[in-house]
Amino acid sequence: MSTKSIYKGSRPISSFLLRKPKVRLISLLSLPMTWIVGVYIVSLFLLLITAFWNVDPFTSRVRPGFTLENFILIFTVPAYIATSIRTLFIALSVTAICVLLAVPLGIYMAKIANPRLRNFLAVAITLPLWAGYLVKIIAMRLVFTEEGFFNWFMAPFGIRGPGFSIPIVILTLTYLWFPYMALPVYTAIRQIPPNLFDASSDMGAKGFTTVYRVVIPLIVPAIIAGSVFTFSLSLGDYLAARFTGGATQMIGSIIAANINLNPPVAAAYSMIPIAFVVIYLMVARRTGSLERM
Amino acid sequence: MALIEIRNLTKSFGNLKAVDDISLDIEPGEFITLLGPSGSGKTTVLRMIAGFEDPDAGLIKLNGVDITHLPPFDRDVNTVFQDYALFPHMSVQENVEYGLRTRKVPKAERAKQAIAAIASVKLEETVNRLPHQLSGGQRQRIALARALVLRPRVLLLDEPLGALDRQLREEMQVELKKIQRDAGITFVFVTHDQEEAMRMSDRIVVFNSGRIEQVGTPEQVYEEPRTNFVAGFLGTANIFTADMASKLLGTSSTVSIRPERIRLQALGTKIEKSETSIVGTIHEAAFVGANTIYIIETEFGMKLTVRKTNTELLGQDDSFVAGDQVMAVWRNSHVAQIPV
Repeated sequence: MSTKSIYKGSRPISSFLLRKPKVRLISLLSLPMTWIVGVYIVSLFLLLITAFWNVDPFTSRVRPGFTLENFILIFTVPAYIATSIRTLFIALSVTAICVLLAVPLGIYMAKIANPRLRNFLAVAITLPLWAGYLVKIIAMRLVFTEEGFFNWFMAPFGIRGPGFSIPIVILTLTYLWFPYMALPVYTAIRQIPPNLFDASSDMGAKGFTTVYRVVIPLIVPAIIAGSVFTFSLSLGDYLAARFTGGATQMIGSIIAANINLNPPVAAAYSMIPIAFVVIYLMVARRTGSLERM
Repeated sequence: MALIEIRNLTKSFGNLKAVDDISLDIEPGEFITLLGPSGSGKTTVLRMIAGFEDPDAGLIKLNGVDITHLPPFDRDVNTVFQDYALFPHMSVQENVEYGLRTRKVPKAERAKQAIAAIASVKLEETVNRLPHQLSGGQRQRIALARALVLRPRVLLLDEPLGALDRQLREEMQVELKKIQRDAGITFVFVTHDQEEAMRMSDRIVVFNSGRIEQVGTPEQVYEEPRTNFVAGFLGTANIFTADMASKLLGTSSTVSIRPERIRLQALGTKIEKSETSIVGTIHEAAFVGANTIYIIETEFGMKLTVRKTNTELLGQDDSFVAGDQVMAVWRNSHVAQIPV
């Protein structure tokens, strides 16, 4: 047929790819696979290997080899253990606060606010993402510093801020990562069919019962998606602790301190947040909440 | 006393008056259908009875008690939703137990009642399935069981059969009617399908542009339509406007005659005294299986639709074809006077 030959002539690449599914697959995946395997996985693997090397005490140079010393160190020295627990506590607190703020806000935005207010709030949530990460940390530092805004504003009420400490680190990290929780939660609530809210109240459920029995179960996948960000980004952070934490040390602080002095210890210690995230995802999987995604 | 009294109910959305000063009494135990085209206000009335919409003005009483502004969870009515609104994360049994749970019915008792309700719609084998594992018809039945298990005074049904295919819909129509009769619950049913309305209802409320056009039994609204809209919306009607009627029939009021009540005769044949005839040309003859539909063009540009039941094989009776001159004949008593 004449039409067929016209297409063959004018679209040679398309018709070639149509006939060769393997070539199609390769051309689609070669670039992303190079990135994921070549850059991502290989560098993580190198990190893992480095964790088993050690440092020559005289020359301070890294020596390839195999030793478990680094891991024994981070699992036995109380300061390392305390820092791991402190970091875990901070990351879980940040995640919990983000959920506590995001769910009511999401319900308000999706179900109560008028379209103009809803759009305004959506912009207000995402706008901080445009500001630099360091800018936001310094902003928090300025607010909570000794002669900062918080103490000045609260002075008439006789309240003084806690100064740079763990609560301020949690507050700063919540401020940094809140959009990553708020957006998926809000989107998930918007996707709940309005009829389900009607049906729930039709069958006698008041607001809180509907939130507890219908809304929360349906947005668990979004909460988990958001918490992967808030939890893992908090676990890995060290600048918030450095600028708003006073003497507070997190896993990241110790890795940063060791990165030149003792790279193998830094490498071994960086396995801890990875392990936390893996355990976290396994627990989430065990509860079955990922299956109904 | 009426079970539900609706008085001067009004509701606007922005500039649109969705429901405009409606009054209606619903009797205990009746199957009443709110019928109208989309946007006629029937669903809004249903949602106001359920408590999902707050009326701008007017009054709704249930069993003598003013429920106009009560929240949905404080009303003794339940709803079956158009798209069923089953909770996707709950099993069939959890869905049916939901209302019992909010009423703090003990666990064993609520499982018993839920399973009985699921059995009453013949879906015992699905209790542990999730809604997305059910077919459309099964979801519909579970939505019904979920509402019936609460034994409401009134069950509100918002186009519950709209998403089902034709055969299943007809089965469900019969079944719904049976359930309603057995349970003795008042059903308020919303649909835009006039055949469905006539098949199931004790009374039909015909809605148009936010107002009630007519309330009556299926026979009443079909045979004695009070407005042109009702005549045209329920079945097909040949409506003679007052002007046409005076030219063609010598009467002065608007009248309507149903296509199936008109028969065709050859020119010059005899008719009874109690009958009326007008002469016209067959514009179109369409064979549609059980019936043949004729469009007859008469004087003054008036077109008549005539439906003949095909009791004989095609061509074995004295059927007419397009272009024939014929007499359209009907009994005078079959003419409906339309007062407005």
